[in-house]
Amino acid sequence: MSTIEDLKTAVINGRRKDVKTLVPELLESGIEPAALLSQALIPAMGVVGERFKKNEIFVPEMLVSARAMKEAMSVLEPKLLEAGIRPEHTALIGTVEGDLHDIGKNLVATMWKGAGFDVVDLGVNVPAARFIEAIEEHEPHIVGLSALLTTTMPAMRDTVAAIRDAGHTSVKLLVGGAPITQSYADEIGADGYSRDAASAVDAAKAALGV
Amino acid sequence: MKYKTLAIADPAKLIYGVAPRPIETRHGMRIGGGLIYPELNFTLPDINIRKEAMPEIARHYKQIVTEALERAAELEAPGVMLEFETLPPMTEHPALGMEVVNILLEGIERAHDKYGLKATLRCTPNDNREFVRPPLMRSGRYWDAMLELFDQSAAAGAEFLSIESVGGKELHDDALVNGDLRAVLFSLCVMGVRDMQFIWDHIVAIAAKHGVHAAGDTACGFGNTAMVLAERKMIPRVFAAVVRAVTAVRSLVAYECGAVGPGKDCGYENPVLKAITGCPMSMEGKTAACAHLSPMGNLAAATADLWSNESVQNIKLLGGMAPTCYMEQLVYDCRLMNTASAEGEASALKMRDWLVKSDAGLDPQAMILTPESSVAIAHAIVESPSYYAAGIAAARAAVKILRETSESGCLRIDSREAGWLDRMDDELDDMPDTEDAFIGEMMEEVDLEKFTPADYGLPTPVSA
Ligand code: B12
Repeated sequence: MSTIEDLKTAVINGRRKDVKTLVPELLESGIEPAALLSQALIPAMGVVGERFKKNEIFVPEMLVSARAMKEAMSVLEPKLLEAGIRPEHTALIGTVEGDLHDIGKNLVATMWKGAGFDVVDLGVNVPAARFIEAIEEHEPHIVGLSALLTTTMPAMRDTVAAIRDAGHTSVKLLVGGAPITQSYADEIGADGYSRDAASAVDAAKAALGV
Repeated sequence: MKYKTLAIADPAKLIYGVAPRPIETRHGMRIGGGLIYPELNFTLPDINIRKEAMPEIARHYKQIVTEALERAAELEAPGVMLEFETLPPMTEHPALGMEVVNILLEGIERAHDKYGLKATLRCTPNDNREFVRPPLMRSGRYWDAMLELFDQSAAAGAEFLSIESVGGKELHDDALVNGDLRAVLFSLCVMGVRDMQFIWDHIVAIAAKHGVHAAGDTACGFGNTAMVLAERKMIPRVFAAVVRAVTAVRSLVAYECGAVGPGKDCGYENPVLKAITGCPMSMEGKTAACAHLSPMGNLAAATADLWSNESVQNIKLLGGMAPTCYMEQLVYDCRLMNTASAEGEASALKMRDWLVKSDAGLDPQAMILTPESSVAIAHAIVESPSYYAAGIAAARAAVKILRETSESGCLRIDSREAGWLDRMDDELDDMPDTEDAFIGEMMEEVDLEKFTPADYGLPTPVSA
């Protein structure tokens, strides 16, 4: 008989096909969808994230695991929703207006998903008004802003200010990107900063106080 | 494919400062004619680029050109190339870009009058076409504005036109983070090549109209993205090295369309292109650490005709404003190399070999660009019947070089990376025989929301 541990191992090793058969099998055996998520998928991505942080694996290997998790989620998500279980944390993420760099932002989104966050990716070149609209629609706990150009750092500052001015004072704003520093984050009033994707989950959790 | 043989087939002749097809500038620099010259690049500190900010922006560029050229003259540089690589709003609104072009051209003339300094300008409008998603590659306001800036800057006196074009990149970032060589080949050799043919026909025509030089492109958004990702330990270095070899196929197209060099600094594939075309090339290495890190800071200089710093913000350092400091570093690097060549061919070769040897064994991406490797990859490309075949051949040549040099102990490869050589070989073995077959397969796999096949002259799949 397969176990939750088998599913965790399959995700860690990025074996999508195994995941595809394991998930229905485990559900069939009476295990709750929420348990699969919290005891197999999220811990698996935690292991993968940790390996990546320690430079034991590369991004392509991490993404194979992320895709395996996605495979499992495609089955679990509707069931979780049916049972009224929503992800504990919702995050919005986007690259600020005028900036098209998104590789780093995408990796941060992947890490957040791996940690079980519901992530809404707004893409690149996102104006402040679009962030605000999406905050009103999705009511996220965290908003991630990315900027890679010194000339779009002002757009990041303006976006932070616009979100606050629109009355969204409790949502946690996290910022990142090559030219961004902790002191710049402090200066523009962001709640958190991380210098890479590997520590973006910790930064988000710290900002949320969990 | 136009080039069937190599302009430089002997690795010993692939050397800095000398290109079989040198270029003369108005003020008398002979690029590739024996000397290596500095090429200075610069950018703004954090400023929101808007019309209202133009006085402040103008002050920055005026300060950059005045102070950096003054330092070049004090250090008796034999000549200087300035590159103005625009920031997105400056291409979107050519009037903003032109304001800067004119400031730089005036600065160049002032320095010529005042110090007799030979300087010249390369104008590189940034490629804004991907501001709409999926990008509009062959029409629309971003395309029109970019051509306008090329045209106006050439008319105003920019002697060299370049671009860091993005055609094919829609799929390439994902290909990189997924370590997917097949998708890399599709992005570079199917999509990239087609876009290069389209864009470079236009740039060459504009250059001809104004009697200036269509210089060259760079696969920066492809190869350097891979390099930066490898540098951050996100993807394997051997993979980034093979990607680099394949980028040469895409960048070559500019020269086939009539570009004459110097190829753009951030194209680390340039040594391969110099071997094929004989055109002079700009390169960047250790002096570009202000912009990004690289594993070949010395080696990059070995075959360069211009030596660049890629980009630095106009901020104050202890020695002076950053562009002036970088000008000094570039001038000193060039002075040392030119001193070696002045002593004769043997000294120049010695200098070149030191530059190569100090990096080559330590990183696969460096090993792939030694003069010997560059010529081997260049051979693989020109012997291929099509761009598709050339991409596969370049990748195979690169894997072979990495395998052989690591087995012989000349190259160190991280143990985590060794398996990637086999993985890439397997992927290459599985490539279909013809490009048509490849396109047929890929069009069923790729995400059609990311690009418009018709913009690449590619068929839209029936299923779409
Ligand atoms: C790849 C790249 C590109 C690619 C982008 C591909 C893509 N889809 O993103 C392309 C070729 C398109 C590109 C274009 C341009 N680029 Co560019 N690019 C780079 C490069 C080489 C690497 C960026 C990258 O992907 N790094 C790898 C990722 C993984 O790292 P990262 O982005 O830093 O993200 C990590 C962290 O910062 C953090 N993070 C990032 N975002 C967030 C968000 C949150 C919430 C958190 C918590 C953390 C976080 O976690 C990430 C993962 O570890 C940098 C060089 C550099 N030093 O950064 C230049 C660089 C940023 N680009 C530059 C320039 C100038 C441009 C162009 C204007 C070039 C031109 N003239 O054509 C255009 C601008 C386009 C635009 N409007 O945005 C300059 C910027 C100079 C300046 N003035 O600021 C740089 C520094 C290169 C240089 N030295 O000149 N570029």
